[in-house]
Amino acid sequence: MKIIVLAKHAPDPQSEVGVAGDGKSLSLGTAVFDINDWDRYAVEEAIRIKEKMGGEVVVVGVGKNEDTLRKCLAMGADRAIKIPFEAGLDAYQTAEVICEAIKNEKFDMIFAGLMSQDYNNSQVGVLLAAMLNLPFATAVTSIEIGSGMVKVKREIEGGYQEAVQLPMPCLLTIQSGINEPRYVSIMGIKKAKTKELKEVNIAPKKSTVEVAKMYLPPVKKAELITGDPSQIAKKLIAILKDRGLIG
Amino acid sequence: MKVFAVAEHRFGELNPLSIELLNLANKLGESNAVVIGKDVAKFAGELAKYADKVWKIEDASLENYNPELYIDVLLQLFQKEKPDVVLIGNTAQGAEYAPYLAVKLNAPIVTDVVGVNATNGLVASRFVMQGKIMVDLKIKSMPCVLTVRQGAFKEGVQKSGKIIDAGIKPSKPAGRKFIEYIQPEAGEVDITKSNIIVAVGRGIEDAANISLAEELAKALGGVVAGSRPVIDNGWLPKDRQVGISGKVVKPKLYLALGISGAFQHVMGMKDSELIVAVNKDPEAPIFGVAHYGIVANIFDIIPELLDKLKGK
Repeated sequence: MKIIVLAKHAPDPQSEVGVAGDGKSLSLGTAVFDINDWDRYAVEEAIRIKEKMGGEVVVVGVGKNEDTLRKCLAMGADRAIKIPFEAGLDAYQTAEVICEAIKNEKFDMIFAGLMSQDYNNSQVGVLLAAMLNLPFATAVTSIEIGSGMVKVKREIEGGYQEAVQLPMPCLLTIQSGINEPRYVSIMGIKKAKTKELKEVNIAPKKSTVEVAKMYLPPVKKAELITGDPSQIAKKLIAILKDRGLIG
Repeated sequence: MKVFAVAEHRFGELNPLSIELLNLANKLGESNAVVIGKDVAKFAGELAKYADKVWKIEDASLENYNPELYIDVLLQLFQKEKPDVVLIGNTAQGAEYAPYLAVKLNAPIVTDVVGVNATNGLVASRFVMQGKIMVDLKIKSMPCVLTVRQGAFKEGVQKSGKIIDAGIKPSKPAGRKFIEYIQPEAGEVDITKSNIIVAVGRGIEDAANISLAEELAKALGGVVAGSRPVIDNGWLPKDRQVGISGKVVKPKLYLALGISGAFQHVMGMKDSELIVAVNKDPEAPIFGVAHYGIVANIFDIIPELLDKLKGK
């Protein structure tokens, strides 16, 4: 089983993020970067399948930083392809360069994370499926491999799931929680140093959207309860008592 | 502008987001609804109240949603009708097939749209960074595809549109086959029935800390629930998940501890009577939906609350 996995090096939205001076891009000075959370599950799932059935896991990353690709190799991916293009919000461009980079690869499945934790577009995987004319399913929560086909469950609203079957090759986008991703071991890091990380220079040919403006959302803010923890607790309990929520 | 809004239905119910798509379509120009299924007369009648035209695409093979068949029939319709804008709900279903459809239409796509401005070309607004930052994206060519966030276009006008049978069938069978819908498993506690919910998010940091939230819930006479990261990590069972893909709750008190407030979560709790959020990040989107906010480490606040509740 040969699986290609897409992995993005992305800032954690829970770290301090803002808008840069140009009003069109993110200011990420102190933000913590790591493998996109959804991609971590996708890489783990691919490695588990390879460990069970044999084959190869090839991880593909777009961007100049290679920490995430190295991490994937240390987790157990066999080789990596780096496309040193700094992609923005135009997901079409990201999919386009990946499509070009893997055109000579044979594969049974492509895995992508359901979305990226920074831009939250949820596009690259399915755009790539369309460019390659592959059957696809998104938000996958379990995978069962059969002969020439795969049965998956995908998450839909209200706690329901949808079970579907796809022929291979196909593309799946992976929902978080599908597995428990492993930590990188010292042995893994050592092994990763000998693994291939190939750089492929590709630039997109097309641009579909451009950022006109980036800004902080206009939101109403909650009334703040301030003080030291003891005062805060006291004030909150008074509010709850006042509303008859506690005795 | 000629706008096509693709309706969504499941289990015999029209998703109300379909009407919100038409509200946006009516603002932009001529509104066309498309409804796909085995027998969609009921849905077409409902959609006609909000659209200039309703296009029915019916076939036995379209009984259950299948992205390949949906794309197949939509491409046939759009080849003839040449829309400027295609609107699709940003749901588990719409978000799945919309990007594929966009590629086949050679159309730019913007997902999870909350605002559209058509005064100077088409500009779509959406959130990034899980709700912390907004971006306006200029769409560089037409036609384009937009997936639309639930709740963003609630106001609209009434119409009495014409219902047209598009006379379109899938041109070939799909590679992907629908098997079944799987119902959520019932847990030991139904969180939707509780008046008080103590909900924990990524800020709870570790499985071992869940007991702290449980203790607080007990002292308040409520139950513990969680946001996606807590469920993903297996710290709470799936039936305790609040959000679009979990449960929608409306308790008298929703105490959000260490929850950032991603849209997916907020849609499951925003109608709670009183929302109190504790988060150390003052920019966390949860403070946009909470009535009271506490910018602090939850591990400083929980013990104080427990002390005072127990000592009362």
